[in-house]
Amino acid sequence: MLRFILMRLGKAAIILIAILTLNFFLIHAAPGDPAAVMAGEAGAADAKFIAQLREQFGLDKPLLVQLGIYLKGVIQLDLGYSYRQQMPVADLIFQRLPATLLLTVSAFIISLFLGTLAGVLASARVGKWSDTLISSLALLFYATPLFWAALMAVLLFSVYLNWLPGFGYETVGANYTGFARALDIGKHLILPAATLGLFFMAVYMRMTRASMLEVSQLDFVKTARAKGLKPSIIQRRHIFRNAMLPVVTLAGLQAGQLVGGAVLTETVFAWPGIGRLMFEALAQRDYNLLLGVFFVSAAMVLLFNLVTDILYRVVDPRIRVA
Amino acid sequence: MADFWKRFSRNRGAVIGVAILVVVLVVAILAPLLLPQSPWRMVQRPFLPPFSMDQYPLGTDALGRDVLSGLAYGAQVSLLVGLVSTLAALLIGIPMGALAGYFGGWVDDALMRFTEFFQTVPSFALAIVLVAIFQPSIYSIIAAIAIVSWPPVARLVRGEVLSLRSREYVEAAILSGQSNLTIILRQVLPNTISPIIVLASLMVATAILLESALSFMGLGDPNMMSWGYMIGAARTVIRQAWWLSFFPGVAILLTVLALNLIGEGLNDALNPRLARRGK
Amino acid sequence: MTDQVLRVENLKIALPEGADRDFAVNDVSFDLHAGEILCIVGESGSGKSMSANAAMGLLPELVRPVGGRILFDGNDLLTLSEDEMMDLRGRKIAMIFQEPMSALNPLMRVEDQIAEVFEAHGLLTRKERKERAVTLLTEVGIPDPEKAMRAYPFQLSGGQRQRVMIAMALALEPQILIADEPTTALDVTTQAQILQLIRNLQEQRGMAVMFITHDFGVVAEIADRVAVMQYGKIVEAGTADEVLDNPQHAYTQKLIAAIPKLAAEASEVAEPGTPILDVAGLNKTYRTGGGMFGAQARVVHAVNNVSLTLAEGETLGIVGESGSGKSSVGRCLVRLMQPDSGTVKLAGQDMAHLSGGALREARKSIQMIFQDPYASLNPRAKVGRIIAEGPMAHGVSKREAYARAVELLELVDLDALSIDRYPHEFSGGQRQRIGIARALALEPRVIIADEAVSALDVSIQAQVLDLLADLKKRLNLALVFITHDLRVAAQICDRIAVMQKGEIVETGPAHAIFDNPQNAYTRTLIEAIPGREKELAAAG
Repeated sequence: MLRFILMRLGKAAIILIAILTLNFFLIHAAPGDPAAVMAGEAGAADAKFIAQLREQFGLDKPLLVQLGIYLKGVIQLDLGYSYRQQMPVADLIFQRLPATLLLTVSAFIISLFLGTLAGVLASARVGKWSDTLISSLALLFYATPLFWAALMAVLLFSVYLNWLPGFGYETVGANYTGFARALDIGKHLILPAATLGLFFMAVYMRMTRASMLEVSQLDFVKTARAKGLKPSIIQRRHIFRNAMLPVVTLAGLQAGQLVGGAVLTETVFAWPGIGRLMFEALAQRDYNLLLGVFFVSAAMVLLFNLVTDILYRVVDPRIRVA
Repeated sequence: MADFWKRFSRNRGAVIGVAILVVVLVVAILAPLLLPQSPWRMVQRPFLPPFSMDQYPLGTDALGRDVLSGLAYGAQVSLLVGLVSTLAALLIGIPMGALAGYFGGWVDDALMRFTEFFQTVPSFALAIVLVAIFQPSIYSIIAAIAIVSWPPVARLVRGEVLSLRSREYVEAAILSGQSNLTIILRQVLPNTISPIIVLASLMVATAILLESALSFMGLGDPNMMSWGYMIGAARTVIRQAWWLSFFPGVAILLTVLALNLIGEGLNDALNPRLARRGK
Repeated sequence: MTDQVLRVENLKIALPEGADRDFAVNDVSFDLHAGEILCIVGESGSGKSMSANAAMGLLPELVRPVGGRILFDGNDLLTLSEDEMMDLRGRKIAMIFQEPMSALNPLMRVEDQIAEVFEAHGLLTRKERKERAVTLLTEVGIPDPEKAMRAYPFQLSGGQRQRVMIAMALALEPQILIADEPTTALDVTTQAQILQLIRNLQEQRGMAVMFITHDFGVVAEIADRVAVMQYGKIVEAGTADEVLDNPQHAYTQKLIAAIPKLAAEASEVAEPGTPILDVAGLNKTYRTGGGMFGAQARVVHAVNNVSLTLAEGETLGIVGESGSGKSSVGRCLVRLMQPDSGTVKLAGQDMAHLSGGALREARKSIQMIFQDPYASLNPRAKVGRIIAEGPMAHGVSKREAYARAVELLELVDLDALSIDRYPHEFSGGQRQRIGIARALALEPRVIIADEAVSALDVSIQAQVLDLLADLKKRLNLALVFITHDLRVAAQICDRIAVMQKGEIVETGPAHAIFDNPQNAYTRTLIEAIPGREKELAAAG
């Protein structure tokens, strides 16, 4: 297992380096000379300052040498400097990261739990009205644009019903501490997590339902019935466990989408995470910050993938032992 | 073909999907005839509520622009981006998958590592970065969506080709002296067409969602009215004017839903064996 | 023979709408007595599994009994509630299936799957269940039962998995064991062991066994009584001896006549013939696992120093069990697989070291017939194109190639109009004929037939074998016939090479191999052929 994790980490490192390289070339593809852009961002655009910047950041060196300098910087957690926000990009991101992790992980857990639950229920009642209802809802959620669902949730639960706060991470100026603060954050979390999870819930539900139905046709289920086992045990022990394998794989593949979705959700709910940061970077054309956020979100996806891979190995002995 | 329609129309949802899509398509095509006014033009007072004036049934936005007209012209952008970016993604994905699956070995390894890379990168974030760096325009949007959506095509085609590659009729074709290109084009790819069609119909839906999300973030083509842009612009005034974000959202929802329904219908009709198991 | 435990009366089972006939089982009656093995035998689609599944209450979806009764213990099983059936299943009536791999849950340890049987009926404590499981595994002859208990199904061989299935089925000492083609997926030597095991356990426990099979060899090996089914009806029933030695119904007679006879005739004239194919020192190894990060790789020697010769007009059989490397040899000969070393001289030219155009040209002389009649024809191509494609790739004009395709179709006894039809419009046997026509289109001198009749029902198999023998004579072809079925090999081959673990362990004229095998493995293989003893006894 340790060997496997090390292997996966090695692979993740290669992917991250590839992303950084892509980032590097994208910065150079961005309109305008980076030094001029930087100078513009710093608010001074005279030729001398630009030349100075060019030398300071090694922009006069060959491209590959620059790439080396850039990669070396990243290893030392230096993702560049945001002139708009007057702060290192890495600092900005690390400030915002906990909020994003809280949001994505909650949305992931909610959607996985409710999605598989709904999928199991639907498959057990296949063809009946409850299956039709669950399946139709899933189809609807699957087609709903995430940011629109978020806006409508704000409109309904916050503006009209006034049940839950519609934006922010916690009540500003309330200065709660301890449990009260956790409760306050929790209240703020419900709408963003629920709307972000909605789409993925639909995805997992559909997959679980299809997978349960497929597994229930397999031979070993017939063996289990021939033993005289109760349908509920067959459902749980034989069908469900096997049906979860493709769902876990899918959950890993969806991690990227989850992080992407967080950008939209955070934008709508003014959730102070890296997604919101990305939106701010876009509005200010702050490319260093934009690419920094992109890099960190890719790293988050790799982390999600690693977790689901480990989960898969725990569930499936064929991979664990072989 | 008649058989195909029979199986397709047995899926009630799919028929509804076709109906919705036809309406959207007609509106998009006829928009310039039905609503010759530019959707950017101020036609009435701002924040005119819906259903209050017959001429502007869905009201006006913060700048007094006709919401209905915006919806009609937005349909053009959504469908255009959805179709063209899907076609582009197929053009990248099918050859990649076919080569990887057919030749195997290091070709497969190299192409699949490349695909895996694009699949790991959070696609929406990458699309945002690409459009932002290359400046928002209909071309950069289509390119960005194609770049983030080809990997599933490559994987699907590779998987299909890999399984067909070892099928006995392909081996027979090798023995009978046909060239690799002939075998890929005549023996292998025609047998992968059904799952590709199904995937493509779902990809158009995803592309429309992506386009709307990009426009919502302010990365739409500044010269084209789109549904995502309308919602994005209405976001800050949601308390005063719910309809400004409500109607475009419904338009996206219905279009995407229609495409998903059609995708399921196609799946039932093209893979009858699988469909029966799922029902 | 008086105490019947199960009585099936006028059973009628309906198929869903749109099936090729209305009833899977139509008015079937039979008795199953305590302490006997009743074989229900028939070809695919005869409905032979359906009455057994009905007795278990495990019919496929949409298939339902519509008439008759299945009496057990004074109850009609068809009228029992699901709860009552659940109580009977596993406890009174148990079942084993064809595919031991897919019939076991891949994610559960063997011990848990066995213990589950007791759990289902609320018997024994957790600890006792484990103890019983070990005893059962010992009883069904699994080596190292303690270790097997902790294993997952994928860690066991096919035969061991079937033994686990049997252990589970016997756990509660049921009165009836239903065995649905339990040895079909197994190699012939494993099959012989499993049949022996079922026979022994049945005798020890005085169980009644309903044994479903398509193989008359297996019937001869194991049956006390036989019921022959065709199109959902029992056409003949009686004791094993009656039915096998003196079949009354025309269908039974036809089926039994179609079974390839074991005794290979000595070739009339043993002319040596000019050698056409000369294989020397062929090797092929696979590496599994391994990769960029260096997980340990396993090396499998699929083909180990194989040498063969084939004369013009001769049929050479390559026989062996699964994993023996027989198919790999065939694929190396046509270069669908690249051998690591060795030569394959086809009419003096070394196939193993050709490439590009020269290889394409050389392959015209060596063609292949495949196993699976469904996978061997492109479903989206018309039959004419399938046959004409090869010659066209070699520069023959379209008109000429299609004209030749028509001739070839007539040669394999198919209608000339077939060229405009798609493969799915043909039956398995017909498809195999199309495959033969395609192989002949390039006018080869050698044909490799890889398990070419294994997927066919026995009566169709006989027709295709006859066709091959006839074509071989008329076109003076040399044939390499790869098969796991020694009966088929005995019927069609002049010489036979026996393979085990990648090596040829014995070669010789077919009659010599069967009558006087020299190698120990060859002897095991031949002794394991189901129905052999009975056939020898009959031959006197």
